[in-house]
Amino acid sequence: MSAPTLGRREFLVAGGVLVVGFSLAAPTNVARGAERVRGSTAGPPDPKLIDTWLAINADNTATLYIGFVELGQGTTTALPQIAAEELDLALDQIRTVQTDTNVTPSQGGTYSSSSISRGGPQVRTAAAEARGALLKLAAERLGAPREQLTVAAGVVTAGGSGRRVTYGELVGGKLFEIPFTGSAPLKSPADYKIVGVRAPRKDLPAKVAGTYKYVQHQRLPGMLHGRVVRPLGQRAYGVGAKVLAVDEKSIASIAGARILRKGDFLGIVAASEWDAVRAARDLKVTWDDSPSLPAFDKLYEHMRAGETQDTVVLDKGSAADVFEKATHQATFAGRCPYQAHATFAPNCALADVKPDSALVMCSSQDVYGVRRTLAALLGFGEDKVRVQYCDGSGTYGHSCYDDVALAAALMSQLAGVPVRVQLMRADEHGWDPFGPAHVGEVRAAADAAGKIVAYEYHGWHHHWSLVETSQQLALGSAPGEWPNLVSQQVSPQNCGAQYTIENRRLVDHRLSTAKYFRAGWLRSPLDLSMAFVSEQAIDDLAFQVASDPYEFRRKNMTDERWLGVLDAAAKTAGWQPRRNRAAPGGDVVMGRGIGLGTHLASWGGAVAEVEVNKRTGRVAVKHLYGAIDAGLVVNPAIVEAQITGQLVQTASRMLLEEVTFDEKGVTSLDWSSYPVIRFADCPEVTPVVVQRLDQPYSGAGEEVMAAGAAAIANAFFDATGVRMHEFPFTPRRVLAALASA
Amino acid sequence: MASTLRVRVNGRQSTVGAAADTPLLYVLTNELGLLGPRFGCGLAQCGSCSVLVDGVEQRSCVTPVSAVVGKSVTTLEGLPSWYAEKHKLAKAPALHPVQQAMIDEQAAQCGYCYNGMIVKACELLAQNPSPSDVEIRAAMNGHLCRCGTYPRIMAAIKRAARVIQESKA
Repeated sequence: MSAPTLGRREFLVAGGVLVVGFSLAAPTNVARGAERVRGSTAGPPDPKLIDTWLAINADNTATLYIGFVELGQGTTTALPQIAAEELDLALDQIRTVQTDTNVTPSQGGTYSSSSISRGGPQVRTAAAEARGALLKLAAERLGAPREQLTVAAGVVTAGGSGRRVTYGELVGGKLFEIPFTGSAPLKSPADYKIVGVRAPRKDLPAKVAGTYKYVQHQRLPGMLHGRVVRPLGQRAYGVGAKVLAVDEKSIASIAGARILRKGDFLGIVAASEWDAVRAARDLKVTWDDSPSLPAFDKLYEHMRAGETQDTVVLDKGSAADVFEKATHQATFAGRCPYQAHATFAPNCALADVKPDSALVMCSSQDVYGVRRTLAALLGFGEDKVRVQYCDGSGTYGHSCYDDVALAAALMSQLAGVPVRVQLMRADEHGWDPFGPAHVGEVRAAADAAGKIVAYEYHGWHHHWSLVETSQQLALGSAPGEWPNLVSQQVSPQNCGAQYTIENRRLVDHRLSTAKYFRAGWLRSPLDLSMAFVSEQAIDDLAFQVASDPYEFRRKNMTDERWLGVLDAAAKTAGWQPRRNRAAPGGDVVMGRGIGLGTHLASWGGAVAEVEVNKRTGRVAVKHLYGAIDAGLVVNPAIVEAQITGQLVQTASRMLLEEVTFDEKGVTSLDWSSYPVIRFADCPEVTPVVVQRLDQPYSGAGEEVMAAGAAAIANAFFDATGVRMHEFPFTPRRVLAALASA
Repeated sequence: MASTLRVRVNGRQSTVGAAADTPLLYVLTNELGLLGPRFGCGLAQCGSCSVLVDGVEQRSCVTPVSAVVGKSVTTLEGLPSWYAEKHKLAKAPALHPVQQAMIDEQAAQCGYCYNGMIVKACELLAQNPSPSDVEIRAAMNGHLCRCGTYPRIMAAIKRAARVIQESKA
């Protein structure tokens, strides 16, 4: 690692003087004066300036300003790889800074596996443009034509004279002050030395040494510790939570604790964290306990019978006519539960709200998005709110990170001092915006030759909730829903898209979120559920035409990206043809299944080996093989880690995870009532990266989960001859399925 | 009521002011400013807050601070010294071999659970220098990783066991 000297931001601030940028181009709209001190004013900084994206420091390093956050997925390693490549710097010459609404550009939220697919091209073109400007300067300094210059590790050498100059000597500590046009020529992937390499994660040494500061470690001077006080377990989203009475005397013995209240929002602050914990636990609050939810065992019937807004997402050919004449038909109905993000660390945030401005530190996937919500909540302009990102634990979608940021801001505003709010385990499990439940009904038909000729999918679910719990309780905000966006609907990319099918119809049935739970995107949103349903129907067709499920899929596919992941998964697993295999006898049976799936972009294929104990109903996932094609993969080691994590989570979600509730509220509130996979049951995982140097980057954070879920379900069928229509595959459900077969 | 307690953490005696029933975790975090043990569930279900008390892994979120008076507490930060003392090394390494192996295997994703993972693995290898896969799974089963990095943690523990064995050879 290069020894860090003062970075430019620090230099500008530490020096207290404003450096006048030298001009490489005609004067631009760079603001003069105080704005030049990075971090001193509200962002987002102008994306049309190179200085917004990167800086060259005097020590010949570069600082990259990234609007995507590190969620443990390796963003702060892979994006620097892209920048280092285009700049001709070594990877250890690139630094990154904390995402901060006063400092880093707005690149949209860090979701939909977008850090590389959306952020990669921005970083790449900005770095290339900076390199061009640096070479122009170097040519002048060295008195040599640009064509004769070569660069290695930020040292520019003139071919003829051998004279050298470093990037740091050329611009260290100054601004580029040139526009970001996006027009600089890019390096050819054939010449890559850093992109495509298995570079180690930059953030890991501090994380294992115990020196890394997560948001839970942050402290503000003069702060109080805060806890929220809510009913154990959310009710229907539409009803929020209503306070009927608060017995303040119930915590009279905890002298340091103070109750904060705004509307139905209740919190406790105390100087001692243990006092805050005890007081929040002991405070007697009477909540309105009216039933607001469907009965747990009637959920899917309730959804299926509910009032819906229906949308035909895709209608190609004439599926209905073809079904009538087709030789083989497979119909399948699947029921998929609410599942929780269940972040390993309950979310935490700190806020220092002053009369006219606020600083909030939190783990939001979208710092500019939450800044907008905070400003509205506090009654400030957005430019008066600064949001700094600090890592929490992996979130895998929209957990309570924004809610806790709002809670901290509210409590700081009410208390008049900085407040740190740490959610407790039951807060996080109970008030999570869950991944929505899904009912899927599919039918698929094949002709006598085994060609899939028609496919129709109907899906029932509801949208994500737009209003965080703290907003809803404090302000009485109406329970808004996210508008129509992909990831909340039956997916044309996932449902049957793998196959060449002339007649395909997809219909979305949207329920009202207010009648169910608050909801948000959970890794592989709806896709895991839709693949569980869709790919079992395809598998059933293969079974009906007496074809091996791998061969049957192959025969019905023409897209080389889908074929690539299917073949990679099958080959790695050493797939052996399986045809109409009669379920063998014995209590313990083994099966293998294959599946395909994705999320928006990229391609995922998986093979699962599953063991089923027919006497106890216990299912064990023994080995998962998963392949992803995500276009050009910047760091194959990081993507392999992503595949492994996705498939372990998939096993967890297929075997164990399910939000439970009664008519009054959620009852899965900890790791015992909402179990997730542990060491003893963790499958072996073999990840495969299908590298495509000639293709654009696409996402790699969630695509193979859908394929994995399908493969596990199909392996269960292979082992038992019985199809599972619901997950998780708990012993109770498995025994019932086996008994009814 | 707050009382004054003497606790020994990572080889150093400290005096802390805390109610006797305060969970050790809050004392380590707020009084001593340690970053290793961290809140995960407060219910002893996940292992996020694990420390060694006289060499035995314990959940600091449910251990009252008064219960460790007169005992020796080791946190993630103190593992290299703890290792050096056990192996009679002149100088503590920068990292315990288990920590180094977690980097070598590129095991962590978010890394939040790695406090408990590393503490527990260090305890395991101190008791059983060459555990089998089954023994590792059994020993580590009380520690959750939501990112699903178990396979790489397994590989890292086996790597650390080899490194420790080789260093003695």
